Amino acid sequence: MWPRLGEGGRRRERDGSLSPLEDVMADGYILRDPRALVGALLEAGWRVIAPLERDGSLTPEVVSAPDELPCGLVDMQAPGAYRLQQQDSGRWFDAVVGAQGWKRWLHPAERRLWTARRDADGFSIAPAAEVWPPTVFFGVRPCDLAAIARQAEVFRQAGDPAYGERLAATRIVAVNCTRVAETCFCASMGTGPGVSAVVDVALTELEQGLLVDCGTANGAALLRGMDLATAAPADIAAARAAVEAAARDQIRAMPPDIADRLQRASESPRWQEIAARCLHCANCTLVCPTCFCTDVTDRSDLAGDHAERWQRWDSCFSPEFSYLHGGAVRRSVAARYRQWITHKLSTWHDQFGTSGCTGCGRCITWCPVGIDLVAEARAFAEEEA
Amino acid sequence: MERPRIAIWKFASCDGCQLALLDCEDDLLALAGVIRIAHFPEASSRTEEGPYDISFVEGSITTEEDVRRIQEIRAASAVLVAIGACATAGGIQALRNTMDLGDLSAAVYPEPGWLDVLATSTPIADHVTVDAELRGCPVSKVQLVEFIAATLAGRTPDLPDVSQCVECKRAGSICVMVAAGIPCLGPVTRAGCGNLCPRIGRGCYGCFGPVTGANCAALTAQLRGLGLDEAAIGALYRSFNAGAAAFATEAKADV
Ligand code: SF4
Ligand code: SF4
Ligand code: SF4
Repeated sequence: MWPRLGEGGRRRERDGSLSPLEDVMADGYILRDPRALVGALLEAGWRVIAPLERDGSLTPEVVSAPDELPCGLVDMQAPGAYRLQQQDSGRWFDAVVGAQGWKRWLHPAERRLWTARRDADGFSIAPAAEVWPPTVFFGVRPCDLAAIARQAEVFRQAGDPAYGERLAATRIVAVNCTRVAETCFCASMGTGPGVSAVVDVALTELEQGLLVDCGTANGAALLRGMDLATAAPADIAAARAAVEAAARDQIRAMPPDIADRLQRASESPRWQEIAARCLHCANCTLVCPTCFCTDVTDRSDLAGDHAERWQRWDSCFSPEFSYLHGGAVRRSVAARYRQWITHKLSTWHDQFGTSGCTGCGRCITWCPVGIDLVAEARAFAEEEA
Repeated sequence: MERPRIAIWKFASCDGCQLALLDCEDDLLALAGVIRIAHFPEASSRTEEGPYDISFVEGSITTEEDVRRIQEIRAASAVLVAIGACATAGGIQALRNTMDLGDLSAAVYPEPGWLDVLATSTPIADHVTVDAELRGCPVSKVQLVEFIAATLAGRTPDLPDVSQCVECKRAGSICVMVAAGIPCLGPVTRAGCGNLCPRIGRGCYGCFGPVTGANCAALTAQLRGLGLDEAAIGALYRSFNAGAAAFATEAKADV
């Protein structure tokens, strides 16, 4: 899947054709310093959310000043290990995805669904109101762009409008990856390292600055008024080459036929072997940008006059997650790990028409015992081969 | 409706869990409005006879007298709730369960002959039927108030049996084990404390005891990988919840 570079000013339609935009942009621009764009967006009143350095990782947070954008960071990722290093490269986007992705904004970890109050006639229920100001997600990687689209589809099918409403009020400035972490395998999942979907703005970091590629009228509106130099064909070629090189740098690749393989692996003794190593801690599912499962709890105050219903992230690894009348359906860790990987890599296709995995590698890095999704998938594939 | 009568009892413990109740600040007035404190010597010298609607029991059973007294409390209580690591797992004092009592008392007391204690420190549930357990060292105020509010409303209290890691991720805390190589018991520890340690960059000490089915052996293998020796690993499991089966077994596996 190759990045769409140098198609600025035109929008890729669903059928793959390019259509003109009213707001004509040239075939790409050069932005010297990403802080200039962030500054302009803040100035224009957008809430800008970008990966910022927090406690040794990158976390998408609200930016209050352009200088908060981290520069020179590189991430070392391996199964069960993550380290951010500060270098003096002067580069802005070498560190790829951190533990917490955009999910925590679009699908919050805890969310009040409604509030009930006792009144003269019994009780009344008020839905929870949410304030979502006009927002720009700045620095979304291609794998996460795919993850956002997949989660949006999940909630669309589920009939929960909140995710789509947040997304509709959000503009996206994506970043094509020109450096990958050891745990990245987006190339084999067809989601990166270059953006392949329609996106408002995509940036690609080059020696001479950032190539700016605008894909939608909304993106053009974000850039309006910025003083940007027009990119040369050589800049576009360099960007394409850098992204292609990043794809070649990926040392992990998902077996292409994994969806079918897992369908036939339900009784494999390998599930028990993995269960012996797995903590059933749920980290993999919680860092996964497509995992969407939640649990619902009721809270009431001591006086019994006020009650609230809350939704919060849950996981198929929680013993109580599959609790039905009489007990949990998936009691063993083997059954829970099987559920996770089979849904992610196989039955997601049946349910939502895509893989549930985008190849971001988070579940590999943030598993405290370093269980490697790709290695486990390969073992199943090879077992049968 | 008659306010339910509550009693708070103490066995071998540090009083920290009872203090958590007194520490409920904003909720204390609301609590006083909906429950009647019938027996709480730490808070009031006025005590009422049983029976009690709910008894909260702090502390572990360490003497013959404790064994007798907990039976009486059980008989006088409609609902009995064990609170804290001592009452639910034997507490830090359960460290003695794996050692010789004679040696220990001789090392600590000038006149060990005056001691009249059991060889082990055990949780309340080893002696009487316990209706609910609130974990923690100390218990969480939030869980205490939640338990009372839920009981009054006739709903199930929200005491999730998930790992501390779930609290980390919900809170947005960055994993200290993965991002800094800091040993952490979070993956095998039950959530509920409010993510106190990882959110400030410390590993979890396991105050809330093991999560159901805790796979301590897998965590131990990783702790070795982080460079901890057997003594350090054993010490991690041997703290406030040393007596909890999953931790006790794992600590032994490493001696
Ligand atoms: S399964 Fe793992 S690699 Fe795939 S999207 Fe989820 S966290 Fe990323
Ligand atoms: S695979 Fe890793 S992160 Fe996922 S539940 Fe098992 S130990 Fe935790
Ligand atoms: S810091 Fe500890 S509790 Fe939190 S995710 Fe990491 S291992 Fe789990």
